Amino acid sequence: MSEQLLQVRNLSVSVEDKPILHGIDLEVRPGETHVLMGPNGAGKSTLGYTIMGSPRYEVTGGEILFKGKQLLEETADQRAKDGIFLSFQNPLEVPGVSLRNFIRNAVEQRSGSRIKLWTFKKELEQAMEVLQMDPSYGDRDLNVGFSGGEKKKAEILQLLMLKPSLAILDETDSGLDVDAVRTVSKGVEEYQKDKKGALLIITHSTRILESLHVDKTHVLVNGKIVASGDASLVDEINEHGFERFLEA
Amino acid sequence: MSEREKTYVEDVNRSIYDIRNEEKDVYRIQKGLTPAIVEEISAKKKDPAWMANFRLQSLQIYNEMEVPDWGPSIEGLNMEDIVTYVKPNTHMSAKWSEVPEDIKDTFEKLGIPQAERKSLAGVGAQYDSELVYHNVREEVAAQGVVYTDMESALNGEYADMVRKHFMKLVTPRDHKFAALHGAVWSGGSFVYVPPGVSVTIPLQSYFRLNAPGAGQFEHTLIIVDEGAYLHFIEGCSAPKYNVANLHAGCVELFVGKNAKLRYSTIENWSKNMYNLNTKRALVEEGGTIEWVSGSFGSHVSYLYPMSVLNGKGARAEFTGITFAGAGQNLDTGTKVVHNAPETTSYINTKSISKDGGISTFRSSVVVKNSAAKSKSAVSCQSLMLDDKSRSDTIPAMDIRTQDADIGHEAKIGRISDEAVFYLMSRGISEEDARAMIVSGFADNVSKELPLEYAVEMNNLIRLEMKGSIG
Repeated sequence: MSEQLLQVRNLSVSVEDKPILHGIDLEVRPGETHVLMGPNGAGKSTLGYTIMGSPRYEVTGGEILFKGKQLLEETADQRAKDGIFLSFQNPLEVPGVSLRNFIRNAVEQRSGSRIKLWTFKKELEQAMEVLQMDPSYGDRDLNVGFSGGEKKKAEILQLLMLKPSLAILDETDSGLDVDAVRTVSKGVEEYQKDKKGALLIITHSTRILESLHVDKTHVLVNGKIVASGDASLVDEINEHGFERFLEA
Repeated sequence: MSEREKTYVEDVNRSIYDIRNEEKDVYRIQKGLTPAIVEEISAKKKDPAWMANFRLQSLQIYNEMEVPDWGPSIEGLNMEDIVTYVKPNTHMSAKWSEVPEDIKDTFEKLGIPQAERKSLAGVGAQYDSELVYHNVREEVAAQGVVYTDMESALNGEYADMVRKHFMKLVTPRDHKFAALHGAVWSGGSFVYVPPGVSVTIPLQSYFRLNAPGAGQFEHTLIIVDEGAYLHFIEGCSAPKYNVANLHAGCVELFVGKNAKLRYSTIENWSKNMYNLNTKRALVEEGGTIEWVSGSFGSHVSYLYPMSVLNGKGARAEFTGITFAGAGQNLDTGTKVVHNAPETTSYINTKSISKDGGISTFRSSVVVKNSAAKSKSAVSCQSLMLDDKSRSDTIPAMDIRTQDADIGHEAKIGRISDEAVFYLMSRGISEEDARAMIVSGFADNVSKELPLEYAVEMNNLIRLEMKGSIG
């Protein structure tokens, strides 16, 4: 049991009194990559936000354990310190806070200690290089005036810098052109490389998955996981879409 | 027994009543502002005859005028008791033990040294700032700059210059508190920068305003001559405590041809203060006035620094931030009069209200028909931190030319829960996330402040966000 990283048990979630998720079960081991697919409105993002601890989502049943610890009582910042990361579908703009200072602040919160300026600078530059980001982005206000692709790259940049033990990517590939998807995938591969960080990739397309190693695939329809399998499930959905699962 | 007592009371009642009545009248006269009191101030300050006269005329105007009825309520200000505000506080000097806890607390949290705290609180003697002040004075004197207190200026070498400018820009007829200021002003700074001189270090009034009792009716007169440059910093970001709770200062700035003056202020009076300050700049051809204004303290503020663009190509920039917390009603903004061709004004303000605080932005831009091809851009943004707080925007424009280029933009918003969650998902606590958003909102204003003020302003925002001080 202790080797499980994330355990979602019979989880039900409502948003503004409207039930969205109905009894979700999901287990992720350290270093595994899970893909959560499903049509629009199935509740995929809801699961991501709930694991991260957004106060908008009300858990009406079930529990979530992370590293064997009850998660539901914790606030989002505590969960982040535990090692959970969520890449937002629509990252928010925060004027007056530079991307660099923000990441440094977040890294220090995560590690609980101050980080040497030089070490940080070098690491940030390396990560930016992987993502083909110009270093000048570090000086810009967090997400302010960023294009869709730039915002997603900035999210993956934070992922690489924060090194969480579980990263949830919420529709990271949506709205990106082919080149941007490739760059973002490269960043995610970099995160996968050392096999320490697990991934839960939420997507309704398969483009981002082409170059990534996938351990398990789940299909979410109408707030329920209707099928789970290995990477081959992705190929099947790629060919036939979700129709088979919708009927079920 | 009760009957006897009653009789007794009835017997003496009338006479006691009569005497009391008389006493009351005498008392009232003493408490009202009289020529005798104003003359006493004049004598004490060794005013030249014209100034003594000016004070008395101002007093007359003061007595004729009504208190303003258009802004935040100043009912808490007892005008009957005005003398207690005016009299040099001989019997009113504060004790450290009487300084409110929240202020002591803030000093502590801002890391202000013990000696300085007492001085800021208006108790205790002036500390070594006098020394710093003298050093600064000597350094700029080498450039021919005059930097002195108003009293010395009145009787010194530049007496004529003072007389020529004193309350010519803000006259006692302006409003009741300007008249009051004219009658009882005390302390303040006089600065004269000769033509072509660029003062490299910013001058700060901070050093002298810390004296007990000073900084309540202080008068600041700055003249920057042709082609000269000066940065003047007024006040201090630590809360200033004063036993008397009325501040009616006056600032008059004269910016000569092609000269530039940057005037930075942090107003952080203690939260019992009525801050009714009047500031005005007259800008000649090609000159620039830059106002940077932060308002944090006071119970009620009326503060609208005004720029009169009087020469071709003159320019005004106003950058302001106002933070109104519990029990505060801060009515701030700016006025610009375009009175010459090709003049420009840029107004950029941010206001934050929290815990039921009220923050009102008021601006007035007047483009006279003498001001062809003028430009003005006004942008004001407000952030309300909760449902109890209030934010209003009252921009007025009076444009009398056909070719004016005028822009206006106003935004009122709240902290987005989504943004707070976003920051929290990166390990930042809710409190810090909110503080980060608020500091970020204020960022382009704090960038304009002198560094130590910017740092302190951020600390202040953090303190305010923590809600640990009132």
